[in-house]
Amino acid sequence: MRKLLQPILAVVLGLALGLAVTWMAGESPWHVLQILGRGAFGSRYDFGMTLFYSTPLIFTGLSVAIAFHAGLFNIGAEGQLTLGALGAAVVGAVWPGLPWPLAPVLATFAAILAGTVWGLIPGWLRARRGSHEVINTIMLNFVAAGLASYAALYLFKNPDSQNPETRPIGTGYLIHQFAIFGGAPVSMALPLAILSAALVWILLWRMALGFEIRAVGQSEPAARAAGIDPGRIRIIALAAAGGLAGMVGVGEVLGSAGKFRVGFSPDYGFLGIAVALLGRNQPLGIVAAALLFGALHKGAADLDLESEHVTRELSLVFQALIILSVSADGLWSWMKKRGAK
Amino acid sequence: MTDGTPAVELRELTRKFGNVLANDGVNLRVQAGTIHGVIGENGAGKSTAMKMLYGIFRPDSGEIFVHGKKCVWTSPATAIAAGIGMVHQHFMLAAPYSALDNILLGAEPRRWGLIDRKKARARLEILARQYGLPVDWDRPVEELPVGVQQRIEILKLLYRDATILILDEPTAVLTPQETNALFVNLKRLRDEGKTILLITHKLREVMCFTDRVTVFRTGRVTGELITSQTNPQELASLMVGRKVVLNLEVPPAQPRTELALEVAGLTLAGSAAGSRHKLSDLNFAVKRGEIVGIAGVEGNGQSELLQAILHPHDSRCRTSGIVRFLGEDVTGFTALNIRNLGVAVIPEDRHREGLLLDQSVSDNFLLGLQRSPAFNRAGFLNVKNVAAAAARAVEEYDVRPKDLTTPAGKLSGGNQQKLVVAREFQRQPGVLIAAQPTRGVDVGAIEFIHQRIVRARDAGAGVLLVSSELDEILALSDRILVMYEGRITAEFRRGLVSERELGLKMGGS
Repeated sequence: MRKLLQPILAVVLGLALGLAVTWMAGESPWHVLQILGRGAFGSRYDFGMTLFYSTPLIFTGLSVAIAFHAGLFNIGAEGQLTLGALGAAVVGAVWPGLPWPLAPVLATFAAILAGTVWGLIPGWLRARRGSHEVINTIMLNFVAAGLASYAALYLFKNPDSQNPETRPIGTGYLIHQFAIFGGAPVSMALPLAILSAALVWILLWRMALGFEIRAVGQSEPAARAAGIDPGRIRIIALAAAGGLAGMVGVGEVLGSAGKFRVGFSPDYGFLGIAVALLGRNQPLGIVAAALLFGALHKGAADLDLESEHVTRELSLVFQALIILSVSADGLWSWMKKRGAK
Repeated sequence: MTDGTPAVELRELTRKFGNVLANDGVNLRVQAGTIHGVIGENGAGKSTAMKMLYGIFRPDSGEIFVHGKKCVWTSPATAIAAGIGMVHQHFMLAAPYSALDNILLGAEPRRWGLIDRKKARARLEILARQYGLPVDWDRPVEELPVGVQQRIEILKLLYRDATILILDEPTAVLTPQETNALFVNLKRLRDEGKTILLITHKLREVMCFTDRVTVFRTGRVTGELITSQTNPQELASLMVGRKVVLNLEVPPAQPRTELALEVAGLTLAGSAAGSRHKLSDLNFAVKRGEIVGIAGVEGNGQSELLQAILHPHDSRCRTSGIVRFLGEDVTGFTALNIRNLGVAVIPEDRHREGLLLDQSVSDNFLLGLQRSPAFNRAGFLNVKNVAAAAARAVEEYDVRPKDLTTPAGKLSGGNQQKLVVAREFQRQPGVLIAAQPTRGVDVGAIEFIHQRIVRARDAGAGVLLVSSELDEILALSDRILVMYEGRITAEFRRGLVSERELGLKMGGS
C-alpha cells in the first residue's frame, strides 16, 4: 500500500509545485489545469494522441526497468529506439512489395533485432571487458544518431521530400490504426506495448531467467556463488532492454509515420528513465507512469496557443518536479516519521 | 574496582520498533573502571540498549544515568560530549584517508581555518603511548590490517575524551592473535580508569576478559552476574532460555571408500609476478561420511581454496591442479554444473555470497535452485512448489520469523544462516562445503547447525569444514588439516591433537 502511495503523492506534489510555478508566471493554475486536462483527455482525438505518446514510453520504461533489475543503468534506450525505427523503415524501404501479414511481422523483428544488437554491445562490453554500461550506452546513442542520419540522408533517402527521412515503406507494412480515436495514430503498437509489459512481468517474477536477472542485480557475488553466470545474465538483460526500446519503431514507422524521420523522438529514451523511476520498475507502474507522461506531453502542447504566459515546455517542468519529488527519499522518510507520531 | 555511583545506569529502558518490543524494561548498572560484558543472542536487544545509551535511538520510556547524572540525548554528539564512545562492529573509517585524518575527522583542531595536524599528532602520540596502541599515522587506513583499524577506532574515542567505551562485537573480524592483543589493550584501558562495555555473544570472551556480565534475552535482562562466580553453561542457559549443549558429542565417523572431494596439485599463483603463491600444491581428499576440517588463521589461503574448488574454470581462481567432486573431474565445469552434482555450500560471508538481502525469504530459498526440476518447468518457476517447500524448510530449520515475505536482511544472523543451511540441504548433498558456518551466529543456532552438519555426514555426505574457530574445528572434524601461507602444513586425526599444538601449527611453527 505504501509502495503505491508514495509515487501517487509524488505526482500530486509535483503537479502542485508546477502549478505554483504557473501562478508565479502570472497564469491562473486552474486555467492551466483545465487546458492540460482538455488537451490530454478532451476528445477522442486528444485522448488518442495521449495514448500515442504513451506507447513509446511504455517500451522505453520497460527497457530501463529490465536493465535496472539486473543492476544496470540503460541510458541507451534513445539510441536503441532510433536504430529500431531505422531497422523497421529500412526493411520496408528495401522490400516495399511484401504482402500484409508477413511485412509488418518482418519489420517488427527488424526493429527488435536492431535494438537488441544495440543493447548487446554495451552488455557484452560490460560483462566480458568490464567497461561501464553507463558510458557505453551514452556513447552509443551518438553513434546510433549518426548512423541513422547517414542512412536517412544517403542510403535510403526519400527523393520526394526536403525532410531528412527514409523512403516510405510499402503499404503492406502499415498496421491497424484504431478508428475510434478520430484519426489519432493509435495503432496495434499500443496493445503490443501492454502485452510486452505483461511479458516482462512474467519474465521477472515467474521465470527462472528473470529470477536470475534479479539475483544478479541484487548481489553479484551471491548470484555467482549460486552458480549463475553474472556476465551472461547482464548480456541477456541489456540485449532484452535494447529489444524493448527497439519496439518503439513499430508504432512510429509501421503505425504512424510510414518512414524513418530523423529526430522523430522527443527524447522517449531518456523519458523512459523517468517513467521507470516513477513506475518503481514494475511493469504495471510503468504503464501508468507512461500514461501520465504521455498526457502531460499532449496536454501541454495546447499551452502555446491558449495561455499567454506559459508554453508547452511547462510539461518538462512538471516532469522534472514529479521526478524530483519521487526521488526525494528524505522527504518521504520524514513524512513517515511524522505520520508515526 | 571502585564502588559508589555506577558509571552507567539504565533504568527501565523500553523501546518499540513497530510492533516489536526490542527493549522491555531494561536495567543495567556498570561500575566505573570495569570491563562489563553485555551478552545475548542476535536480536535479544543488547545492541538496541547500547544504541540508546549512545544516543542513536531514543528510549520510549526509562532513564539513562551517566556518573549519577540523568541524561537525555538528542543525538550521538551529545553522548560523545558526555564521554561515551562506541566502536561499531563495522568500522566507520574513510578508507583512503590516513589514520591521523580518520581520527581527526569531525573533531579537527583548527588554526586560522586550517587543520592543525601537528598539535593533533602530538596529542595522539601521547595517548597512543599511554594506552599502548601504536599506529602508523600516515598510512591510508585501507592498507592497514583490521586489528590496527580497530585500534584507530579506539583512539578516535580516546581523542574525544571518552571515558566510557562501548565495543560492539569487536572480535568478529579479528584473528586469534589480534583478539588477544585487543583484550590486553582493553585491560590496560580499564586499569587506566576507563569503563568498557563489551557487546558480544562469545562466551569464552566474557569468561576470560570481563568483570561483570549482563545477559539479555528477548528484550529483557535475564541476569546480571559477577563473571568469576558463573560459568559458560549458566550464561548460555540464560541467553537461550533452555539448557544448551555447548560441547556437541559427535559419534565417530564411518567413512565410506568413495571420495567426495579430491584435490590434487592445486595451485594459485600470486597476483604479481614473483610473489608468493596464494595456494601451493594442495593435495587432500575428503571421503563420503567424514568431516575434514581446515584450520588456520584467516588469510592463509582458505578463501582462495574455496574459490578454487567452486570456480575451477575461472582462471583467476586456479592456475593448475585437479579438483574432483564425487569422482568427477570438474576442471572444466561451471559453478552451476558443480552444484548440480550435489554439492552444497555454506559460504564464508553469507551477506555477500549467501543471500539476497533485500529479497524475500522464499526468493532466497530459491537462489541456486531456480533451475532444479522440482521448481522449474521449461523455464517457468513453479511458484506454488517454491512456496510450499520454503514453508516446510522454514518450519524444519526453525527460521524465525516464519513469514516467507520478510526480506532476508531483516533476519538475525542466526536465522539468516539457518536459511542458508536449509536451502543448501535441499540438494541432498553428497558433498558439503561449510565455510565459517557459525560466524556471527548465536549459541542456540550454533548447536543446531553443528547437529545438522554431523547429520549430513552420517547420511553419507563428505564435509569440508573451513573455520577459524578452533573449538568448532576440534569438535566437528574427523580429520584436521592445518593451512598456513597457502600450504597444508599438518594433518591430525580426531582427538589426537591438543588445542595448544593446533594453535602453534596455525601460527606456522
